Amino acid sequence: MTAGEATAPEPGATAPDAMVSARGIGVRIGAATLLSEVDIDVAAGEWLTVIGPNGAGKSTLLRVLAGLLPATGEVRIDGTPVTSLRRRDRARQIALVAQDPVVPPGMSVFDYAMLGRTPYIPPLAAESAADLAAVRDVLARLDLTGLTDRELSTLSGGERQRVFLARALAQGARLLLLDEPTSALDIGHQQDVLELVDELRATGSDDDPLTVVATMHDLSVAGEYADRILLLAGGRRVALGPPAEVLTEDLLATHYRARVRVVDGDHGPLVVPVRRARRP
Amino acid sequence: MTSRLRLRWVAVGVVAVLVALVAGLAFGPVSLSPVDVVTDLVHHLTGGAVPTGLSARDDAILTQLRLPRVVLGLLVGALLALSGGCYQGVFRNPLADPYLLGVAAGAGLGATAVIVLRPGSTVTAPLLIPLAAFVGALAAVAGTYLLGAAGARFRSTVTLILAGVAIAAFCTAIQTYLLQAHSDTIQEVYSWLLGQLTVSGWHEVLMLLPYAVVTSVVVLSQRRALDVLSVGDEEAASLGLHPQRVRLLLVLAATLGTAAAVAVSGLIGFVGIIVPHAVRLVAGSSYRIILPLSLLFGAAFLALADLLARTVQAPAEIPIGVVTAFFGAPFFVVVLRTTRRVAP
Repeated sequence: MTAGEATAPEPGATAPDAMVSARGIGVRIGAATLLSEVDIDVAAGEWLTVIGPNGAGKSTLLRVLAGLLPATGEVRIDGTPVTSLRRRDRARQIALVAQDPVVPPGMSVFDYAMLGRTPYIPPLAAESAADLAAVRDVLARLDLTGLTDRELSTLSGGERQRVFLARALAQGARLLLLDEPTSALDIGHQQDVLELVDELRATGSDDDPLTVVATMHDLSVAGEYADRILLLAGGRRVALGPPAEVLTEDLLATHYRARVRVVDGDHGPLVVPVRRARRP
Repeated sequence: MTSRLRLRWVAVGVVAVLVALVAGLAFGPVSLSPVDVVTDLVHHLTGGAVPTGLSARDDAILTQLRLPRVVLGLLVGALLALSGGCYQGVFRNPLADPYLLGVAAGAGLGATAVIVLRPGSTVTAPLLIPLAAFVGALAAVAGTYLLGAAGARFRSTVTLILAGVAIAAFCTAIQTYLLQAHSDTIQEVYSWLLGQLTVSGWHEVLMLLPYAVVTSVVVLSQRRALDVLSVGDEEAASLGLHPQRVRLLLVLAATLGTAAAVAVSGLIGFVGIIVPHAVRLVAGSSYRIILPLSLLFGAAFLALADLLARTVQAPAEIPIGVVTAFFGAPFFVVVLRTTRRVAP
């Protein structure tokens, strides 16, 4: 039994207050198994971070949760199977920020954020005053008001990441899926963006908090911001639990084939890579 | 704030169309004064309430010879420019154009097959031409897409265009073979191939009109969806769109419009690339702006190109495809050089 199994959900049972409830998720493409028998529950307002070595299936899992990739098993979002949601309804519930979103040439920050209102705008109509107000509000919350008319392609990496978040928040979704939200950023901007996500999560209203599922490479950063961590390896769930239970030297050595030392930090365990001992 | 189609630009586009219309009507072997042209148009539009200043002969030249031709030019130009803008959005490729994707060549092959093989009676053949052009155009765009996507890993802006060039060459080869084998029709097909807005009264205009309406309505109704598609299929799907369905609908509409235009006017290249890019440069990069304005400026551009084609070597006419290529090829190089990173 690996660490974190104690907090795992019972197979078949659905936690009553779960925002996300996934059971027996499997994805096969051709002969390759990308995910196999993955069960998770994420409570409303919780932050779950998915870690794992390259090719573990982290991005695949996010796409399944977003309803974008067909999978065996079942994903329920707030009790409703994600595959039974109509596309537009699904887009109002779940927002996904891809790892490296396409930046359309010439598109302004405002227009990009306005794309988040797509599921609210009738196919043949123009955006309403409410849509414009929602976008303005989101841009103000993310401190982007001064950049409204700038072309997205002219912004720095940190500013762009805030605009991608703005687009996702403009969707008014209750579940925010972030695929490597910090991979293109230096450490300062990583912290800025993650603090911002945490703030947004906290300022969601009490009866409708924002739930976050993110994939991340940097383990120390992952441990500092997540409520719980899911460790995937080879498409399987190998550990799920609070950072201190998952970010252990043993688990990381086994699944990342990495030599690390784990030390206690103020907000969670800190993972420090250690060089292999030199051969004599 | 949000990119919107500014009324100012729509007004400029409408003025451009009107200028092209009046210029196209006024100039020719018999020059008419633009004022008389406008008065005569008003005369006909008001059912004779305003007296015309033209003689009966000049009025006949205007309404029976020049007006159908200018209107055809406006329609073909609008369709080619709109289709070009649409393909650019669908394929997320700034170089996409009905001509460069091989769509026009496919349509040309379909139409040529009908002209030289003459299946059916002389009554049904003219109706078959647009249909055969559409079938040929669809086959070509499917071929280009599959060929361009075959090496998905290496698919780039240029791969798709290279695939289009290959498909176009293939279609042209079969077409040449058909022509050689039926040399009695070679003259007829040759002049049509280079693109020509020759008309016999209003027949061609009426033939093209229904296709023009369907294509324009479908493409313009999806202009916002094209903006959403520009961020990638997965993102578009997560925003509630069905990317494959939207793409299929738009490719069908643009291909139908292209095929109909080719069926009546032959191969006129570069309109679909010059016009949307010029619009993009001056008015904005959102498809909500590009598509409606491409329709207007494409119409004006082709009507003016036709005016050049029939006046620079008067009384001889040069093929209009030669005029558009003369302006389009250098423009294409500019677009090629300024194209930034493009999504796969």
